[in-house]
Amino acid sequence: MDFFTHINYWAAIALAAIGLYAVVARANLIKKLIGLSLFQTAVFLLFITIGKVSGGTAPIMDAAYTLYSNPLPHVLILTAIVVSVSTLAVGLALAIAIKREYGTVEEDEINASNSATDNATDNASNSATDNATDNASGPNTT
Amino acid sequence: MISQHLPVLLVALPLIAAPICVLLRRPALAWSFATLVSWALLAISILLLIRVLEEGIISYHLGGWAPPFGIEYRLDAVNGFVLLVITAVAAVVLPYARLSVASEIAAPRHNLFYAVFLLALTGLLGITATGDIFNIYVFMEISSLASYVLIALGPSRRARAAAFQYLIMGTIGATFLLIGIGLLYMMTGTLNLADLSVRIADAPDMRPIHAAFAFITIGVLIKLALFPLHLWLPNAYTYAPSAVSAFLAASATKVGAYVLLRFVFTLFGQEFSFERMPLMEILMPLSLIAILVGSGVAIFQTDLKRLFAYSSIGQIGYLALGVSFASTSGLTGAIVHIFNHAMMKGGIFLALGCIMYRTGALELSALNGLGRRMPFTMAALVIGGLGLVGIPATSGFVSKWYLLQAALEADLWPVAVIILLGSLLALVYVGRVIEAAYFRAPASDAPAQQEAPWQMLAPTWILIAASLYFGVHTEITVGVAERAAHMLLGGSES
Repeated sequence: MDFFTHINYWAAIALAAIGLYAVVARANLIKKLIGLSLFQTAVFLLFITIGKVSGGTAPIMDAAYTLYSNPLPHVLILTAIVVSVSTLAVGLALAIAIKREYGTVEEDEINASNSATDNATDNASNSATDNATDNASGPNTT
Repeated sequence: MISQHLPVLLVALPLIAAPICVLLRRPALAWSFATLVSWALLAISILLLIRVLEEGIISYHLGGWAPPFGIEYRLDAVNGFVLLVITAVAAVVLPYARLSVASEIAAPRHNLFYAVFLLALTGLLGITATGDIFNIYVFMEISSLASYVLIALGPSRRARAAAFQYLIMGTIGATFLLIGIGLLYMMTGTLNLADLSVRIADAPDMRPIHAAFAFITIGVLIKLALFPLHLWLPNAYTYAPSAVSAFLAASATKVGAYVLLRFVFTLFGQEFSFERMPLMEILMPLSLIAILVGSGVAIFQTDLKRLFAYSSIGQIGYLALGVSFASTSGLTGAIVHIFNHAMMKGGIFLALGCIMYRTGALELSALNGLGRRMPFTMAALVIGGLGLVGIPATSGFVSKWYLLQAALEADLWPVAVIILLGSLLALVYVGRVIEAAYFRAPASDAPAQQEAPWQMLAPTWILIAASLYFGVHTEITVGVAERAAHMLLGGSES
């Protein structure tokens, strides 16, 4: 019951905290997404740890193996990884669209740009986006 | 033969229909297909609710694997009712969407819009129908991812920023839920809701289960957008396309409320949630603040969609308040309000979409003099608004009546005062809408507007008429809600 038998849990907690901190404290949308991924990965680690049985192998139906790890958390996490990747994809796509229309991925600059248009009669019309569409073509491909 | 597979069809049908929608490249084709699917879903959910009310719980085993090992779809009075609400809203919003979407979204994206709409519907129906806790997480992510995309399709660039904000908060919420599920699985070794509830009741004092309760509750409250976790909601509703605002306002938060009910009462049980854990002490103040803050902030909004989005935050407060009483009348109020608020808010956002379609603006000043030019749209908006206030003969009155009753039963008269105060605040913001529409002259250079096309008016009025009908004929809604409340509170009958 000392620190090292629970090292995975400590790692999961630390990763989750770092990830959440990045989401909250960083203004850059890409860095927020990185933090979000880190946070989700920490939860995956938690699940995998739950399924581990000391000395257990993969669950193979054979008389030679009697002790094996619980495969269910692994399967759950395969699903959760798919979810996490899709979330990241949608997030990055939105970040690209935001970069195209605002010319920045910094949250404070986006907010400043929003309140600037609010003052200059923002009617939520399509035309507001026109002037920003040009400066996006280059850096997005990296 | 097929009738026995209806529970899974309800989820599988829109899931299969979504990629087909992508292949139907012509907007009109994709739209008619999606609409037909939504009507089929409505028919299925009506059949299922009738069967649940007559025969009791329906348990469907996916792939024939018996629970707790296989995935189970489990329908009872509570989720049968919520399924009906979701499919009804979808079946009304989709016919409306054709003109509204055509005016707000570029044509090459129309088939994609309907595909994503069906995916969001799949997720919401899946969350509601399933009896497996990990399934709830997966479907919640399906519906959330689809909602982010739907919101991002809004005409203004702020729609993209709003969708991003929602994505961050929504993913944190869902991941909290996942942590909770992991902790529960660690302690119980099962994912089936019914099985879990038995095992939690056997060992309620284990600390990971307490932590799981906290994680799951917070995750769900983010989805529900209860104050102070509501920050994503106003922007998301304001900048989404009109049809999407109506659909999400009427269904997504309702599913959040359902999941809260399911977790608090079925999974953890009333005794655990309210006696071992201080849920009432947390939920009740938050919902009261939500009622006051949501309705109060709504008064100062000049953007109509934002105004009604804040009003939604207030109404979500009423939903959560009903849950926090943990009494029959409180839960009846909450469940009836799920239905009533879906009809009223859906109708209101559809009416706003009509105004957007004709005037191209949703500032409060755009309403000036609109009462004469778009009489049917404005009448719908006003009736829906009065429903939010809770005027007798509208359905909002019914839900507030039960909530008041619950407050008085619990001897919490300050709560009753706040419920009434919230109604007064609602009267103020609805009053501003009425004043602009009926008592102000239109700007002299305003172009002559005509009434919205009937294809948009008819769906709007179907929801508004439903909210009026069920304000007077309460037997159906209150009857089902009372049964559902009894069941949640541990009555053995289904």
